[in-house]
Amino acid sequence: MSALLEVKHLSVTFETPQGNVHAVQDVDLTIERGSTVGLVGESGCGKSTLGRAILRLHPRNASVQGSIRFAGRDLLALPPREVRDLRGRNLAMIFQDPMTRLDPLMRIRDHFIETIRAHDPTVEKKEALERARKVLADVRVPSDRLGMYPHELSGGMRQRIMIALCLLFKPALLIADEPTTALDVILEAQILELLRSIMKEYNMAVLLITHNLGLVAEFADRVAVMYAGHLAEEGATIPLFREPRHPYTQGLLASVIDLETTQLYSVPGAPPTLLGRSEGCPFYPRCEKRMDVCKTVYPEMRPVGDDRRAVACHLY
Amino acid sequence: MSEPILEVQDLRVHFSVFKGFLQRLLGGGEAKVHAVDGVTFSLREGEVFGLVGESGCGKTTIARTLVGLVRPTSGRIRYRGKDVNIADKKSRFQLQQRIQMVYQDPHAALSPAMTVGEAIADVFRTHGIINERGMRIPATSEEVVRKAALRALADVGLRPPEFFYAKYPDELSGGQKQRVVAARVLALRPRIIIADEPVAMLDMSVRARMLEFLLELKDRYHLTYIFITHDLATAKFMCTRIAIMYLGRIVEAGPAKTIYADPKHPYTRALLQAIPIPDPERRTQKVLPRGEVPNAVWPPAGCRFHPRCPAALATCGWEGRDFVSFLEERWLPSDMEAEESELGPVEAWEPADFEVRRESSSDENPSRIADRVRQILSESGGPMAQAVTAVAVEADEVVVRFRRPDLLAPKEVDGRIVECLLY
Amino acid sequence: MAGWFARGRTSLVGRLLGTFIRQSRTVAGILVWIGLAVILAILVMGILAPFIAPFDPNTKVGATELPPGGPFVMGTDRAGQDVLSRIIWGARVPLAIVAVSTTISLAIGLPLGLLSGFAGGRLDRVILLVMDSIYAFPGLLLAIAIAAVIGRGILNISFAIAVVYIPTYFRVIRNHVTSVKQEPYVEAAVALGMSRTRVIGRYVFPNVAQNIPVIFSVNAADAILTEAGLAVLGLGLPPGIPDWGFDISLNWQRFDVSWWATFFPGLFILILTTALTFVGEGLNDILNPLLRKKEQAAVAEA
Repeated sequence: MSALLEVKHLSVTFETPQGNVHAVQDVDLTIERGSTVGLVGESGCGKSTLGRAILRLHPRNASVQGSIRFAGRDLLALPPREVRDLRGRNLAMIFQDPMTRLDPLMRIRDHFIETIRAHDPTVEKKEALERARKVLADVRVPSDRLGMYPHELSGGMRQRIMIALCLLFKPALLIADEPTTALDVILEAQILELLRSIMKEYNMAVLLITHNLGLVAEFADRVAVMYAGHLAEEGATIPLFREPRHPYTQGLLASVIDLETTQLYSVPGAPPTLLGRSEGCPFYPRCEKRMDVCKTVYPEMRPVGDDRRAVACHLY
Repeated sequence: MSEPILEVQDLRVHFSVFKGFLQRLLGGGEAKVHAVDGVTFSLREGEVFGLVGESGCGKTTIARTLVGLVRPTSGRIRYRGKDVNIADKKSRFQLQQRIQMVYQDPHAALSPAMTVGEAIADVFRTHGIINERGMRIPATSEEVVRKAALRALADVGLRPPEFFYAKYPDELSGGQKQRVVAARVLALRPRIIIADEPVAMLDMSVRARMLEFLLELKDRYHLTYIFITHDLATAKFMCTRIAIMYLGRIVEAGPAKTIYADPKHPYTRALLQAIPIPDPERRTQKVLPRGEVPNAVWPPAGCRFHPRCPAALATCGWEGRDFVSFLEERWLPSDMEAEESELGPVEAWEPADFEVRRESSSDENPSRIADRVRQILSESGGPMAQAVTAVAVEADEVVVRFRRPDLLAPKEVDGRIVECLLY
Repeated sequence: MAGWFARGRTSLVGRLLGTFIRQSRTVAGILVWIGLAVILAILVMGILAPFIAPFDPNTKVGATELPPGGPFVMGTDRAGQDVLSRIIWGARVPLAIVAVSTTISLAIGLPLGLLSGFAGGRLDRVILLVMDSIYAFPGLLLAIAIAAVIGRGILNISFAIAVVYIPTYFRVIRNHVTSVKQEPYVEAAVALGMSRTRVIGRYVFPNVAQNIPVIFSVNAADAILTEAGLAVLGLGLPPGIPDWGFDISLNWQRFDVSWWATFFPGLFILILTTALTFVGEGLNDILNPLLRKKEQAAVAEA
């Protein structure tokens, strides 16, 4: 059976007055039905751009190349109306800041009614509200919140409502872009638990975009690590964490501060600018294991080992 | 044992909430946000003291009070044994030379219209410079000020200082900006620095560098830190003593090692459990508290954590509002709601302190409602049900009454202070 | 202490110029350049009037109402004066009025806006009330009323126009100050013990100053139109000072016979105010921080 989402050779370039910003460069990504993939990277690595590109939510000055096959159809080749139809129905996205994603002038129930009617204009108000109540129960929000305005609700509740809005049409894939970054740690754990239970119930795949390696370790089946617009490493979670191959992945894991940390480690240097194309491996200036070839030749992703892992590094 | 460098006693900071004119007429009473509600702690010289908690717990308000941005409602602050009157402008100014703050977002802490060199120079212009003998003297000329600013830039590792002097904040990286903020603060030669989430906005791969920088500064300038964060992992590494805060109060405080080895307060335990571990082979089933942090305008009665606490007792402070939440949660699945329609909609129940009432309409039988309530409570068991003293029918109202909570006070348990009725 | 304010200012101007030059190739940038070029041309024309005007503007130099042609490139008006010379000399008036009236408006509106926004509370409310009352009056009527009371003359007219515009500067500055006041960098400055004067002058003002050029150009355009309006109504400058608005009022009734005498002064008023509007709109697009931030965010969000 083919995968749910197959991204191949995806590149996203922003045209700015200062030049071209290569936010995403030649990325391949596969998501199977019902699985979770964690897309990890730090600020500026291109993970959010990639997530948005899948839903074709990028700003006008972005040019997208490559192919994004969702359930067999190439999203980049579809006319805008069909993409809009897919969005929210089969493909949904939740964002980082639930504060600003809900219309402050609309009551919660109106949000639901509007979303349902946008895809299905024939639905009666009553039926729409019934469906709203059902999804709200799934995210553990009492239905009396329907009559309220967004500012009357807490951040956690707003995020749950965002998730509920996404669940209305039982999407096959949910893209979560830093969904808990703005939330406290207990709330974060609650939302993640919620996502896990919903995934099982709805048989939904989730692409979790985050910079938090702990979340990815707890949540994802497979992990893709991005650096400076490229994919550095990709593989199943447990083996990847146990034995990271790409020097950046190794550095990233080493610099995480958790309850067992006794020594601090940080990756030397700073991430490169995405302006203009560079030669060779983008991690070259900061890599402790670099070689001469890394400066001039870009390492393509190649399979390493026997655990369905791929690494973009000349060491392999 | 040396005396503490800073003592805070029973600090309370309440902000009035501006209620609309009509609301004030009808609602009665001024609503206040109890941001800090009785906090006591002391700071020992040279230590790193962690203030840990989620947003809204009051840790940032404490920081802002100590730096003079916010007036406390009540409480005492003592610096080296002497009381400080924060209301007095001069005392505040002097305290600002001793306690300063490094902000969470270094970009926001710098004016976008000013070069970083000027930003540092301004501090010298306001407070003067420290001469060779270590005394503070007013700056005599622009040259002196500029030299001092250049030296400050070099001291925090931004070399060559002349290059960085003319840079604007948006031309620097996050880490560099944080150093500029540190340089500004250090220009005052404070004794205590409050670091408010100094690495929250930095990428993981560079956090360690900033933390090392902070520790290096501490050694070089003989500083004492108050380290504010919601990240218990970072706090464990950096802090010698910590205080965990919840909704304006300290719930557990003591030496970091002691608390992390054996957390006593259920909230501390919850926080530790919730931290995602970057090790996929150690996925655990978590026991998380219910719900979210309530708003600080009407904090829960008794122990503020009781509505969410997985280990709550009947004496923890159950009240009318808890009953309403209980019904709400019960009725989450819509079929349950239909089943219990006789108990009426959630809005029909009006909580008032330690009781909650429901007026029954003419075609309802209050006794049946009361019976149903008793039945549900005994079915669910739990500490809330145990705290109910009576379910009564008065006129055509059903009233559920709760017992008063036991007195809650900080206790010393196993080398740390805990505020919890479990002990 | 003396030089600190100046130092902050020059860096600010330098920064604005830098942004401006970087934006030259955008539509907004081009508009600004065109506008500035036109304004500069008119300014030069006015300054060099004694040297480039072919005739004395206030003397009858030919037959009345001669059409354009011959020595009179733009024809003559009802009084036999050369229209072109009046146009050239008339350029001095709007520029003088703009200079004086906007200076007065800024000198009063800006400090009040800073003070009111930063202080807040009762002081703010009182000043706001006063300003709003002035603002509520239609500009031209207010100018007419003031001009009627204090009389004619370049300074008086400028003053009347200035009063009309004080509330606009005030309001925009005050509103921006109230939001900047909440920014962490202002807080940080306060926490570092800096005096209120320093905080307002060095931390608040430079961050609200980008509004000024925009209001200024709109103010200038409006001032010219108001002055022309006053002149048409007979409340403008005393005769003897060549003025485009006055020329319109003198000649418009004879438009069917000598359209050029009304057309050219009107055209130049139009050109000058359009140029000023170009500058204002263009500057707004360039200096508007919101737009800049969005651009940065789109890149940073990658």
